[in-house]
Amino acid sequence: MQTSAKNESPLKGKRILIAKPGLDGHDVGAKVIALALRDAGADVIYTGLRKSPEYIAGVAVDEDVDAVGLSLLSGSHIELVAETMRCLAERDGADIKVFVGGTIPSEDHPTLLAAGVSGVFTADMDLDAVVAAIVAELGP
Amino acid sequence: MSTSAGARAPSDQIAGAARAEPPEPSTSTPSGIEVPVVVTREMAGDRDIGAPGEAPFTRGIFPDGFRGRLWTIRQYSGFGTAEDTNERYRFLLEGGQTGLSVALDLPTQCGLDPTDSMAKPEVGKVGVSLSNLAEAEILFDGIDLSKISTSFTINGTAAIIYAMYCAVADKQGVPRAKLTGTIQNDILKEYVARGTWIFPVRPSMRLIADSILFSNDQTPRFNPISIAGAHVRDAGATAVEELAYTLANGIAYVEELLRRGGDVTKFARRLSFFFYVHMDFFEEVCKFRAGRRLWAKLLEERFGVTDEKARHFRFGVVCGGSSLTAAQPYNNIVRVGTETMAAVLGGAQSIFTCAYDEAFQIPTEFSAEIALRTQQIIAHESGIARTVDPLGGSYYVEWLTDRMEEETRAIIEELDDYGGVTKAIEDGYLQMRIAERARDRKRAVDKGETVIVGQNFFRREEQTDDFGEVFRLDPKAAEKVREKYDAVLARRDEAAVARSLAALEEAAARDDVNVMPFLVDCCHAYATVGEMVATLKRRWGEFQEPIRL
Repeated sequence: MQTSAKNESPLKGKRILIAKPGLDGHDVGAKVIALALRDAGADVIYTGLRKSPEYIAGVAVDEDVDAVGLSLLSGSHIELVAETMRCLAERDGADIKVFVGGTIPSEDHPTLLAAGVSGVFTADMDLDAVVAAIVAELGP
Repeated sequence: MSTSAGARAPSDQIAGAARAEPPEPSTSTPSGIEVPVVVTREMAGDRDIGAPGEAPFTRGIFPDGFRGRLWTIRQYSGFGTAEDTNERYRFLLEGGQTGLSVALDLPTQCGLDPTDSMAKPEVGKVGVSLSNLAEAEILFDGIDLSKISTSFTINGTAAIIYAMYCAVADKQGVPRAKLTGTIQNDILKEYVARGTWIFPVRPSMRLIADSILFSNDQTPRFNPISIAGAHVRDAGATAVEELAYTLANGIAYVEELLRRGGDVTKFARRLSFFFYVHMDFFEEVCKFRAGRRLWAKLLEERFGVTDEKARHFRFGVVCGGSSLTAAQPYNNIVRVGTETMAAVLGGAQSIFTCAYDEAFQIPTEFSAEIALRTQQIIAHESGIARTVDPLGGSYYVEWLTDRMEEETRAIIEELDDYGGVTKAIEDGYLQMRIAERARDRKRAVDKGETVIVGQNFFRREEQTDDFGEVFRLDPKAAEKVREKYDAVLARRDEAAVARSLAALEEAAARDDVNVMPFLVDCCHAYATVGEMVATLKRRWGEFQEPIRL
């Protein structure tokens, strides 16, 4: 059977942690994404500001999330993303997908992707496209 | 396979990438004020709005506008080590900049020393690291603090950085009374938008009152607070909300200072404000005219202030911020130029123009110079600063100024009804409102209701968004900072440090003592920012962020 109706809740049943690693206090992007993911049906948890990679990985594993979205605008993304991924692996959370958003210079995207990040999003992307990319990565 | 967004978002993921048709012209301002096709004399109120320098100051706080004194050209700048930043300051001053504006790194803003584990990846990244007096001495080396005004974008640790500035002046032999400049010192908006809070709301308000009262006495020409709407605006608020939240915060500070026994006629003269200028030209001009008038009225209505100078609404602005794009980045030069004209026509006292690449990196000398020249071209070629409030009396401008004043007042009253701005912040109510606004703003861009040239309209399929020179931070900067930090710790008098910190802790425990002189003593002893903050935290605790989604 074919249906043309758009799936309004493509992320229903998915649990996603939105986190702010490091000291950066710009949380608008994180909140906008959190609201968009919630609108798409996901169960969204937000850490609040200034969290360490250890803390974020701990929450991700304890809350049994499918994905972690890291929001960084301070230029410290390479170090903090790598450290968060290391902490996830250490806690048997290597299967949790990691997405990164914020002020991420284009030349750093390959480095992040090579480190195992599942997607890098910048402010000029359509919110629906961001959600669609996450849906594609998380699967049904 | 990975579904990365790629270097920049590929064009098929950007809303409106395929939009070839120009957008429909909008009939309302971004704050939602519906604008008539034409405004007549009757609609504009047909009344005398008074002269510049005359309360309630619709046309400006000075009778001679920029003829008396040009606005201060003040470019926000700082990165890496104090040595790197000192070099950039000299470059800007030689280029004709007239005031300094210090960008501090996140560890300094959050009260952590460069050796702290949370601080390590962030040292020197978004600003200069300033962990103790020795660094401040390097930062201002060869710069005469009696001649240049310095602005610090600092909040959570504002009192400490201000104490450090007083200590540098002491060391340079500059009388404190000669110091001019500004510390942002506006913690309320940090809880809402910018996020560098440290202590809970109550002790933070006490610390701010301490610094303002100390400043009125010790550095009477210095602005000990710059009540800032800028960050709330950049986070999602409209121009009207930016103004309303800022004035509401201003009222909260006045109330706190009055509780502390401050003389409103005295301290109100040193309150200053700070805003973003975005692209809707007349709304920005009228925001400043409305703000100036409303602040003067609010001080009289709520606090009985009649002294004219105490009701002066003095403000600085930043042109750029979230109105800048990574797409076709050179377009940002035009945006900043337009915004600067709005700031000048609105009567700003100081202007910071963002560099075209500032939305995504620390500006290079090349981009920083264009930003500086933008102001100089407007100041010295355009002639728009020749007469005071040249738009005054325009039917549209007076009509829009009235509308914005009304709408701003309505939001302030709404916050009063909620129980005040402090309560709205502690509950997380304001934070949530801003986040929803940000989502709406983003959706409006995605849907093409808001036009961003080169991004969601008039975009070429093959455009590369190349911005030229990439700024490279010295990769050794953080290491150098930590080495210098260790050296200071090794050579300072530990007994003096311990004494000064103990005295600070005792002062912090008592509500009737001003902690500022104790902070200055700590700075002179080369106690670090991290040590002072840790000491105060022991007495005051930490803010617990309300998380509402």
